[in-house]
Amino acid sequence: MELIQHILRGVTNHQEMFYIVILMIFLGIEVIGRVPSVLHTPLMSGANAIHGVVIIGAIIVMGSAHSDNYIALILGFLAVILGTLNVVGGFVVTDRMLEMFKKKK
Amino acid sequence: MEHILTICYLIGSITFILGLKMLSNPATARKGNLIAAAGMTIAIFGTIFLYRDEAGNLLHNYAWIFGGLLIGGIVGTLAAKKVKMTAMPEMVSLFNGMGGACAALISFVEFGHIAKHVQEGLPVNTSSLLTIFLGLIIGSVSFAGSMIAWGKLNGKVKDFSFTGQHIFNLALFAIILGLAGFLLFNITVANIYLFYVISFLALLYGVFFVLPIGGADMPVVISLLNSFTGVAAACGGFLYGNKVMLTGGILVGAAGTLLTILMCKAMNRSIQNVLIGSFGAKSTGAAGGASPQGNYKEISLSDAATVMAYANKVMIVPGYGLAVAQAQHTCHELEKYLEEKGVEVKYAIHPVAGRMPGHMNVLLAEADVSYDKLLEMEEANDEFKTTDVVLILGANDVVNPAAKNDPASPIYGMPILEVEQAKTVIVNKRSMKPGYAGIENDLFFQPKTSMLFGDAKVALQKLLTEIKSID
Repeated sequence: MELIQHILRGVTNHQEMFYIVILMIFLGIEVIGRVPSVLHTPLMSGANAIHGVVIIGAIIVMGSAHSDNYIALILGFLAVILGTLNVVGGFVVTDRMLEMFKKKK
Repeated sequence: MEHILTICYLIGSITFILGLKMLSNPATARKGNLIAAAGMTIAIFGTIFLYRDEAGNLLHNYAWIFGGLLIGGIVGTLAAKKVKMTAMPEMVSLFNGMGGACAALISFVEFGHIAKHVQEGLPVNTSSLLTIFLGLIIGSVSFAGSMIAWGKLNGKVKDFSFTGQHIFNLALFAIILGLAGFLLFNITVANIYLFYVISFLALLYGVFFVLPIGGADMPVVISLLNSFTGVAAACGGFLYGNKVMLTGGILVGAAGTLLTILMCKAMNRSIQNVLIGSFGAKSTGAAGGASPQGNYKEISLSDAATVMAYANKVMIVPGYGLAVAQAQHTCHELEKYLEEKGVEVKYAIHPVAGRMPGHMNVLLAEADVSYDKLLEMEEANDEFKTTDVVLILGANDVVNPAAKNDPASPIYGMPILEVEQAKTVIVNKRSMKPGYAGIENDLFFQPKTSMLFGDAKVALQKLLTEIKSID
């Protein structure tokens, strides 16, 4: 019983987050649904870059780590590097792919 | 000032949605990517300079943050600029793994804070702990899985499975969930170490999750892992109450899942089927059962050149062989030359030809092949009847008639390019070895089919010389 109450309270406290989740699920499906197969690879790559938004979490971790907490500093630093790789690499690769889609007449 | 950060995140979220939308149209795709990148930049710098924690403190450790951004930015740009077109799928997988690892590391650090609370006897926020666990597990699986997928695509990791692996995987998954569930409500100083056991097991699960899956299914797996990482990022959004992470993560999670389903549909397989990894197991059985049917005939270069030069309509079917040989430019040259001679040349593109959906389109686009020459599967199948010569360049499973005729075949039901409707079929392959699905192809033994062995680039160059010498 206590568990259920805990969960319900959690849902109520974060209700706008749950609304975002539901709406984004539908939006994500809607937006991708009409993609021609030509663009599947660039689209996957572009989506890959967008989930690189996890970098923001890494920045928060890094930026709020105490200067004597070496483990947090090192792991956070690593997370920032990896997240940046995901973001920058993802967008650049996608751009390179799409650059070649220019129509040549 | 925190209002400005809210605006930054709002802009970020809108650009992600807009970017994905624009990415789904060839005319706006490139702009869409740039818009999403711009939004991401705003969100990142907004966070660095304007983010305040619960106590209202700004972030510090700027040297570390900018150091990390610089290193990641330089390495990422170089890697993305240097990678060959054929290696794109691997690259996407690798970057995806980095994102997963990032999510897992965030969970590690945040768990460190929770562990401290436990040691000091302070109460633990269960919903934070839950999102930490989810981020850790999903991120670790995505990281380990992506690394294996990356290794498989570039040939460093071989398919590996053992009897009872499905059960082993299921058991492993159950143990991970069980441990996480237990720790969620019963965390004490004595069992904090279980967190590290969970992360180890999650990595292990990622490895065993991807290992048995056949190479032909790798695109599906990468797409799925891509959506996993999206969900892992969204967990971070929950943890920090950060709406841009939540929006971006769930958006990619949903879109990636749909893309995965679309790919499975293109191969007429269910996701379950792919995930259990029965493709490899079943196909080896079928390959053993179906006896190779004796005779195929080879065609000489000059004969192939003659047939093509005097055809009215030639249809090129590109496959992975074209990608491996980097033959797209030579292929385009051949196409241009034939067109000058009055031969109608088109490309028939199977949605899952190559190692990723759209792989062939990207490759041919690199060689400046015009858009309207690329026919999608349905269009192409309508045109094969009026085609004189089909030239297959290193494609195999996507033209295997067993998908239509043989209910026992593991690829039965997959829509294929019905090349056998054309008058003549010329198949360029390196050898008679079966394709990625590991099954024999009847097409090669049909009377209208002839084989032109050799590396696609070399064969196309020789073919071009021969055709030029005909005049």
